[in-house]
Amino acid sequence: MTGPVPAGGAADPGREPELDCRGRRCPLPVIMVAARVPELAPGTVLRVRTDDPAAGPDLAAWCRMRGHGFLGGGTDGDHEVYRIQVTARIQAGPVPGSG
Amino acid sequence: MVDPATGGGYVYLDAAAGLPPHPVATAAYAAAGADGGYDPGKLYSPARRSARLLDAARESVAASLRVRPDEVGFCAGGGTAAAHAAVRGALAGDPGRAGLVHSAVEHSAVLHAAAAHAAAGGAVRAVPVDRLGRVDPAGYAAAVAVPGTGLAALISASHEVGTTQPVPAVAAACAAAGVPLYLDAAAALGWAPVPPGWSLLSASAHKWGGPPGIGVLVVRKGTRWVPPWPGAPAGTLDSPGRLDVPAVVAAAASLRAVLAEPAAELDRLRALVDLVRAEVPARVPDVELAGDPADRLPHLATFSCLYLDGEALLYALDRAGFAVSSGSSCTSGTLRPSHVLAAMGVLTHGNVRVSLPRGTTAADVHRFLDTLPAVVADLRAQAGVVGL
Repeated sequence: MTGPVPAGGAADPGREPELDCRGRRCPLPVIMVAARVPELAPGTVLRVRTDDPAAGPDLAAWCRMRGHGFLGGGTDGDHEVYRIQVTARIQAGPVPGSG
Repeated sequence: MVDPATGGGYVYLDAAAGLPPHPVATAAYAAAGADGGYDPGKLYSPARRSARLLDAARESVAASLRVRPDEVGFCAGGGTAAAHAAVRGALAGDPGRAGLVHSAVEHSAVLHAAAAHAAAGGAVRAVPVDRLGRVDPAGYAAAVAVPGTGLAALISASHEVGTTQPVPAVAAACAAAGVPLYLDAAAALGWAPVPPGWSLLSASAHKWGGPPGIGVLVVRKGTRWVPPWPGAPAGTLDSPGRLDVPAVVAAAASLRAVLAEPAAELDRLRALVDLVRAEVPARVPDVELAGDPADRLPHLATFSCLYLDGEALLYALDRAGFAVSSGSSCTSGTLRPSHVLAAMGVLTHGNVRVSLPRGTTAADVHRFLDTLPAVVADLRAQAGVVGL
């Protein structure tokens, strides 16, 4: 299900790489995304399919903590598809509290 | 606080879920047991003693809340029942205005009442919150200004993340719109000031050290509200069925006692909570704090640990001797994350809420801070998420 990563980003939604997290419950979708993203070139948009109700807020929070772009999501039949834009490699480490 | 089942080292850090009875509650319950055991609605002399105890409890709660005794009701079923009664009674009292406004971070009791109202055809509008969990007063004002709004609900401070709401500004907006404000003070009463300006208020006795199952409902004079219970006579604020009068007496006595306790203890707890909020992110990688850093309940801190299962974290902390709570979906039984954390847009998994009962020692908190890093590291190692 991994498509080729288009050079310079992914303007064509049909060619955006996908990660299918359906059937996985929190925190697995975020873990799967975190494991996948380092393989992707900066600028790539990753599409995450999930039916976990916690995935939306958690993916948004993870993107904020790791500096990636959270492009939102939408419903596709019985599940959600969220889009995440990969930013240049960011070091893992302590994250300042949201306050 | 020692749990006999788990031994002397066990520390209860879930005050926001409810407290064991305050010594004054225990003493008042025992003292009221003989005279309060009769049906206060009957006419014989022992029952009249029971009725006098109930009256005295009502007067005591009224004095504690600076309202009139005939504005105070007691609800069997606790804070949840009182919240339902506040919302349903106010909407039923003003049938021409079926609009209900609430914040996105209300207690589930209020959200359930709102959902029932929506299912019955009422208009319900949820006001979003910011990353710290606070409503924007201007946004709230715009929502209550919509014609047909009959009730506005606001939690005075969050039971999940501690953030206090801008009650005075919201109250002013409600007054300008002619909409009664219902304040859910369950998490705040006994811990933080309850700002004025509301028309209805609910609270829960076991959150301040009273017995479980006793809710307090306050409806100020002039508020359009009808008893939402089938067959209840007009003007009654008490839930139907026989109230546990000794428990109501214990609730009233412990509220008065807690409000009279020195503020120094809350200042001490606030310093311990500040320590938790400073030390947890410093000692544990990839932690997100939730809630306002300053304008908050004094005894409660919430944080989320990236990549962790909240349920596994609670069990591990329990084995290490700490009772804490979590808003993560895996602990909710519904697979839905905490609506509060989701509305704030903060991490919902790996969530931990610590809420300190009065008397929590600095040693208890230091032991928690010393224990947490290894608990989190072990769980992350088991989950294979180290380095992600």
